[in-house]
Amino acid sequence: MIYHANFTAIVIFVIFVVFVIGLSKYFASRTRSSEGYFVAGGQINWGVNGIAFAGDYLSAASFLGICGMIAFQGYDGFLYSIGYLAGWVVALFIVAEPMKRLGKYTFTDALDSKFNSKSIQLMAAISTLIVSVFYLIPQMVGAGALVTPLLGLPQWVGVVMVGAIVTIIVATAGMASTTYVQFIKGGLLIVFSSVLVFLVLKNGLNTTPSKDFHKYVTLQAAVDKDGNVGLKGENSPYKINSQYKQSNNTFVSLANEAGILTWWHLTEKGGQAFLDEAQSKTVLEDGKVLYNGEPKEAGKFKSVGRLSKIIMDGKEVEKTGSLGPFKFLATINNSTVVIYKKTPTAITDGLNKVTVWYPEEIPGSKMMKPGVKFKIGSNKWIDKLNFISLMLALFFGTAALPHILIRYYTVPSQKDARKSTIVAIVAIGFFYILTLFMGMGAMAYGVLDVESSNMSAPLLAKHFGAILFSIISAIAFATVLGTVSGLIVAASGAVAHDLMDNYLDIKLTDKGKVKAGKIAAIAVGFVAIILGILFKGMNVSFLVGWAFAVAASANLPAILMLLFWKKTTAKGIAASILVGIITAVGIILLSPSMWEKYGLDPANAPSPLDNPGIISIPLSFITLVIVSLLTQKDNKNLVEEKTDAVKTAVG
Amino acid sequence: MDHGPAVKLGTDNASPIKSKIGVILFFVYLIIYSGFVAISVFSLKTMGNIVFAGVNLAIVYGFGLILLAIIMGLIYNAICTAYEDKLNKPKQDENTVVK
Repeated sequence: MIYHANFTAIVIFVIFVVFVIGLSKYFASRTRSSEGYFVAGGQINWGVNGIAFAGDYLSAASFLGICGMIAFQGYDGFLYSIGYLAGWVVALFIVAEPMKRLGKYTFTDALDSKFNSKSIQLMAAISTLIVSVFYLIPQMVGAGALVTPLLGLPQWVGVVMVGAIVTIIVATAGMASTTYVQFIKGGLLIVFSSVLVFLVLKNGLNTTPSKDFHKYVTLQAAVDKDGNVGLKGENSPYKINSQYKQSNNTFVSLANEAGILTWWHLTEKGGQAFLDEAQSKTVLEDGKVLYNGEPKEAGKFKSVGRLSKIIMDGKEVEKTGSLGPFKFLATINNSTVVIYKKTPTAITDGLNKVTVWYPEEIPGSKMMKPGVKFKIGSNKWIDKLNFISLMLALFFGTAALPHILIRYYTVPSQKDARKSTIVAIVAIGFFYILTLFMGMGAMAYGVLDVESSNMSAPLLAKHFGAILFSIISAIAFATVLGTVSGLIVAASGAVAHDLMDNYLDIKLTDKGKVKAGKIAAIAVGFVAIILGILFKGMNVSFLVGWAFAVAASANLPAILMLLFWKKTTAKGIAASILVGIITAVGIILLSPSMWEKYGLDPANAPSPLDNPGIISIPLSFITLVIVSLLTQKDNKNLVEEKTDAVKTAVG
Repeated sequence: MDHGPAVKLGTDNASPIKSKIGVILFFVYLIIYSGFVAISVFSLKTMGNIVFAGVNLAIVYGFGLILLAIIMGLIYNAICTAYEDKLNKPKQDENTVVK
């Protein structure tokens, strides 16, 4: 889509960012000790911490990614909302209080509380770093996606901006400022998302989403016995230029009277052939890019997403007027939705590479249940396995995320850790219910950018005016800032505290430890910027799903077994973390989605699975059990007190 | 090397019972969550059945899982707080300790 900078948006955005940095500076002036830097002195109020938890958790993945996936693929995006929230149940019922009791700064402390083992310190620190980086990538991608429509800047500028601002925030202030930034942002995100949902329900549904919505054209066509496509009617302004078949789809390029090429998708309705107007991006031989046959500035690349037929109370209507929440969902369920699909690989048209996004009419009832993205309705076992794998990783991932675990150490007591978690569940649960309405709203309001599903929620806000758009975008940007800050604090804690202080035994002063943390923060920030640029265009929630899978595979078996299986040994924990990381990251790197990212045909990917959890999580558990059983003699040498500490923590 | 908590934590006599309740509630939720995954995988059509106010099972079950997490969280907190108040009194009667 073509974006132009908006003055109001820029002003609101700048005010917001200056406010966030100002707040960080204020708390920085109060941060003196390493406890202050890494865990805010352990003195944050539980209510504030709970909303900050929500702020941490409702990252770019939740607001940008989930809404975007729902807008493009319906209910399958909402699966992430369900899974992300269900994960908190594991955190609350199993992990929150024992982790609080066992740890000091990082979850490595908790894991290592019984053993004081070098291998645990090393593996847990590496795991924290890898999970944090996996989680950082989507945040950066989200930041890049945001600044394009907001400020009219290229994606990479957004990534660098976030990287720079966050690095300044973290390198100056640490956990106290991160907590308050997250508290404010978490609160604002929930309030303004509610406003957005209210507006969607108040306006209801309409087959013409807005006055200036592009009217997509369908042409009558004819197909001969050899499969050659022709146009019906003598007065057509178009001429057939070329046609290509990919999988079961035929794409045709048509030249208009001025010789401009546009792409169309061949469909069949009632025995009659039609060409549906598609959206295309052509990369010419010399690297120039055309959108729908013309340079970007011509503004020919349009927004998509609409209902082609609305059925309310059994009758077809043009528009519905205001709707209640259930009526809104029921009406979409009965209506017909136009979604856009992308060609799996670019079409080679002469020397040009063409990516086509083509429309497909789909019953609303199909969008309202799982199955559009995750093909669980098919007979292929691998599709079902992919789905189970994702749901498993989401359920077990939350309680193993380092930047979430670290927040248990910012409150004074176990009771506060528990209450914080409950506040978080209430706030996050409410927000996740809103995501379904925001996503479905974006799907029906004709605001979608086929190149970036991540922009769906902010673009839905734009439909209701520049001010709401600016506020929502600024909050979303702050969302990214806050989450990235939290992740970088967690990652820097892993380097300064776990690796340098504990593993390498480098005796740093309190001040030296904070300095090392800040240097680590800058380094991690730099890596995240580079990866954020490379992963442009991928749905951020899908990327976060990977972070969950890596966290669940690497950390959760270690945490659970330490708490509930007394035969767990240090070597068992270290080995399970290692196996969890290698299998999860390995499957991801060989997955169909990564194959597509490498520019290869996803069908040829070595791993048929996109989500590694179903293999890597059990494998990590099995490794822990086997290695622990083989190294039982190590536990005999353990100091009795240390074992007692774990017993007390879990009861 | 100090691996203790960042703040000093008092003795919590309620830890064992809280942990047990937590594990039970976790398994209750896990079963209901697994039900959602199982229906989706093995009987996707059922997820499309309209069950409430024109809305299908997928939506109702999904909202239900979110609301259930909130409700179970509040119940868990109430139970834990009650046990903490009962078992962590400064001078408690030993006979009242639940193990």
